[in-house]
Amino acid sequence: MNASPVARWENFPHDADVGVRGYGRTPAEAFEQAALALTAVVTTAEIEPATVVEVKCEAPDLELLFVEWLNAVIYEMAVRNMLFSRFAVDIEGTRLTGCLWGEKVDVTRHAPASEPKGATYTALKVAAGEGGVWSAACIVDV
Amino acid sequence: MDPARFTRVDATTWRIEPHGAMRVPAIIYADEDLIRDMDDKVYEQAANVATLPGIVKASYAMPDAHWGYGFPIGGVAAFDPEDDGVVSAGGVGFDISCGVRTMLTGLKVKDVLPVQKSLAESLFRQIPAGLGSTGAITLDAVEMDAMLAGGAPWAIERGFGELRDLDRIEEGGRVADAMPDCVSERARQRQRREMGTLGSGNHYLEVQAVSQIFDAAAAGVYGLAEDDVVVTIHCGSRGLGHQIGTEYLRDMLGAAQAAGIVLPDRELACAPIKSDIGQRYLGAMRAAINCALANREILGHIVRRVFAHYFPDRDLSLLFDVSHNTCKVEPHTVDGKNRLLFVHRKGATRAFGPGHESLPPALRPVGQPVLIGGSMGTGSYILAGEASGEQKAFSSACHGAGRAMSRHAALKQWSGRKVQDDLAAKGIVVRSPSTRGIAEEAPGAYKDVGAVVAAAENAGLARRVARLRPLVCIKG
Repeated sequence: MNASPVARWENFPHDADVGVRGYGRTPAEAFEQAALALTAVVTTAEIEPATVVEVKCEAPDLELLFVEWLNAVIYEMAVRNMLFSRFAVDIEGTRLTGCLWGEKVDVTRHAPASEPKGATYTALKVAAGEGGVWSAACIVDV
Repeated sequence: MDPARFTRVDATTWRIEPHGAMRVPAIIYADEDLIRDMDDKVYEQAANVATLPGIVKASYAMPDAHWGYGFPIGGVAAFDPEDDGVVSAGGVGFDISCGVRTMLTGLKVKDVLPVQKSLAESLFRQIPAGLGSTGAITLDAVEMDAMLAGGAPWAIERGFGELRDLDRIEEGGRVADAMPDCVSERARQRQRREMGTLGSGNHYLEVQAVSQIFDAAAAGVYGLAEDDVVVTIHCGSRGLGHQIGTEYLRDMLGAAQAAGIVLPDRELACAPIKSDIGQRYLGAMRAAINCALANREILGHIVRRVFAHYFPDRDLSLLFDVSHNTCKVEPHTVDGKNRLLFVHRKGATRAFGPGHESLPPALRPVGQPVLIGGSMGTGSYILAGEASGEQKAFSSACHGAGRAMSRHAALKQWSGRKVQDDLAAKGIVVRSPSTRGIAEEAPGAYKDVGAVVAAAENAGLARRVARLRPLVCIKG
């Protein structure tokens, strides 16, 4: 939650959809940052971290866990009609616990540009790069 | 792509000879310019699909093909269960049964122009679009099951549609053998308040004018004449379909491994048709098709209500409703033999030719309407299926213009406000909750839909009947 100096996120292009990528000191931080990139697919407006939602997921490896994590965020966005601006992820082995802070969508204020349908296995990569900085990325179908 | 990578069969048929693990060739229908502009990923993905067990004849890609997930968008592949064939969640896509419906209004452009702006405003207010919007209908558990099994007739029974629409919807508005039990609680939750919503991204509702007729006889049968006004809706099975796609894609990864299927790409996750998970996916996917058909029927009903306010003496009738993300069981003749095949169309439209028994009698003489969405500025097309499409690609054709540029690149190039103003200057009223969404869907971000449909016609998949230009566009 207190972001490390290497923490950052970006969106990257895909023919029809959009990619999300997070960087961090740990896989968990990279996952948190990638979730910010997911929010940016929808809006760059300010989102009040007013309410917290907890999610849990599980997968056989770190890459599949990343897709599960993004899909868990997409699910909460959809059923709660919320957008999230702060994320805390804890990974233990193949299990993930995440906290999402956000607020209800305000169409006028947030002007959502798109609605993520699901995270995909395309361009999916979770790995440690130079200097031990972790990155986590995949394409999101919008 | 470099055309030299293909065996060129004729002007619009490009063949990838089987190599490596490919069981059959891959065939792309397109002209040379479209091939040159296509991403290399289309080549790779079309070839990858050809490696899947039980694939029949070839892995096909339509003229609007672009980089998809596992399958190219614009991909068509048929599998035979008697030959260990598979069903693939990625081969259907996340937005199960996404499709297009076009309604005839009986109005001319001159009737609509005086109210164009207020009509746009009313449609925008009445049609829930984009993230954060919810429909007027909330489904409890019993109604959810009824909708998933019932499709468009379910919507009509509840007053959201008209019985006469049904023979103008594929499968009469309801696909058989849906299994609501195979739809998870999470998928249901995502749909509880989403009936009658448009969604976002490339989904839209347009009021359009017939700007050109190519085939007067077919246009006459379809009820289309120059300057006629029609309404076209593009959307799918909303959150329910997305969740089903997500969950079964994940489960099929393990199932493919267990069945000993080597996947060149995780997104090609599939399972034998004759397997428990294969059957469960088919049951859930069919429930999602019914959801999409019900959803478009409800949206059509809302459109009728809005039009009735402005034009109380007019009556909107459905020309056709066709899905372009599906897997359907269809009889096809392969090398003189009748076989029941599971045809995946991912971003491809079924396009039955004249005389096909599944078409309503009124449409049978000219073939199935194939509804092609373009971009906001360049217009759309109505085609008619060709009999030659049966042997070419299991009666399939293109589905849209296909993106030429990523959303990312489109955002860098255009401002949504400017796109909106430029289109307004051309007489097109665009309404959307997001100007950024308009920029991402800017006309220039799409390929030339005219070139795509001309290639489909030249390839013998479907012929052009009419071109439509937008008057009003509601983007999610």
